[in-house]
Amino acid sequence: MRNMNYMDSIHHYGRIWGVAVGLIIFAFPFALAIVFNAWPNGSELLNGVLAVAPIYWAVGAIEVFTYVPMLGSGSSYLAFITGNISNLKAPCALNCMENAGVSASTEEGEIISTISTAVSSILTIFIIILGVILIMPLTPVLNSPTLAPAFNNLEPALFGALGMVYISKNWKIAIVPCCLMLLVFILIPGMGANVGIMVPVGAIITIIVARVFYNKGWLGAKGSVVAEDK
Amino acid sequence: MEYVQDHPIIFVFAGIVILAVLLQAVFFLIRALKRAKEKGMDKSVIRKTIISSLTFTIAPAVSILIAIVSLSKKLGIALPWLRLSVIGSLSYETIAAGRAADAVGNSLASSEPFNAQQFVTVAFVMTIGIMMGIILMPIIGKKLSKGMQTLRNRDSKWGDLFVTALFMGMISAFLGFVFADVQQGLGGWIPVFVFLSAAALMAIFGLVKNLTGWKWIEDYALPVSMVGAMALAIPITNWVVAAGGVVL
Repeated sequence: MRNMNYMDSIHHYGRIWGVAVGLIIFAFPFALAIVFNAWPNGSELLNGVLAVAPIYWAVGAIEVFTYVPMLGSGSSYLAFITGNISNLKAPCALNCMENAGVSASTEEGEIISTISTAVSSILTIFIIILGVILIMPLTPVLNSPTLAPAFNNLEPALFGALGMVYISKNWKIAIVPCCLMLLVFILIPGMGANVGIMVPVGAIITIIVARVFYNKGWLGAKGSVVAEDK
Repeated sequence: MEYVQDHPIIFVFAGIVILAVLLQAVFFLIRALKRAKEKGMDKSVIRKTIISSLTFTIAPAVSILIAIVSLSKKLGIALPWLRLSVIGSLSYETIAAGRAADAVGNSLASSEPFNAQQFVTVAFVMTIGIMMGIILMPIIGKKLSKGMQTLRNRDSKWGDLFVTALFMGMISAFLGFVFADVQQGLGGWIPVFVFLSAAALMAIFGLVKNLTGWKWIEDYALPVSMVGAMALAIPITNWVVAAGGVVL
């Protein structure tokens, strides 16, 4: 254990925490069933799971491949437990890495990304606890029709601000995926509900575009080999 | 034990799960802070990371709270509190709860409260439906991480570009998402106007930073632009309604 480097220890403890917390999360409905002596009706459970799981299991699997390289390991072990990745944890961690001038594939990036996701997760949990405690006086405010447009537009506001930074800095690789996504979402009705599925699609398209441009030398000279982080 | 909506025992169980998640976050935070100290990373960078994460998190967390209030009408408070504190997301939990409620024949729109069996079934469906990420991370997280490290060791520039491309893919998808309703009239353009407002605010922050040399402004640019654009969504919506548009 003492010979483990930081990255190995992240995976070691990430797996332990992941399995332990995963089991606790999964135990919750069983605990309810036991204390209320109310087990699900088999066919209703199957219908419910079939209505949700196929799409969200596929999205969940693809999200692991998308977000682990983006966020690094420590942040991902946490983010896949605490949730709200695309609308909170990923933009938050990426903004912090951008400001610190580090990439998730370096140990410094790992550290910044993990700190950001952990801090964001802890604050979210506390804000929600506070909100739940104060839910009676807060409900009229949170349900206020005046404020509704603000909270209905969280994602456009978030990705407008993020997009400004990243598209302007990486416009060469951004043009093709952005145009394709605009066409898909505008021309196919109801695509708004499928944004989670389109994230990995957009990522694959951008990787292909980036690779082609990189090979052609349109993104500057090719990079160098770096020493492995210890 | 007889089931009633928001029975104290549901809060106890939910509290135990959330406490475990909280402990995991604290554990990872402490390890990362220790490692940053060992590596001699600049303390001001760490401080800025913490402040930036805190300021950034407030608005999305309040949005999550609104989803809890919305779901609590049918599910009570304890289950949405748990579900929106772990694994899922704003959109997933709402969709999963709706489909699970339909499966037990008591839709979210219905005023009839869930009985114990229906409530437990909904809890099972919402839990099972989102477990893939949590199952896969311990299995393939290390392999993916090593793969990225190998990619970067082979060609550092391509390694960084690969990560940037992944993130650009996410931004491109959400850019499309913002335009998803534009064919439905002026009301469908509200997210586009909010998106552009946020981009404009971010550009102003960039200009101010370049003109004044205030590098600290970077730490607040994203959360302030986001909250500013959300605030602007209110007059934008009012203007669209006044112009005859229908809010979708």
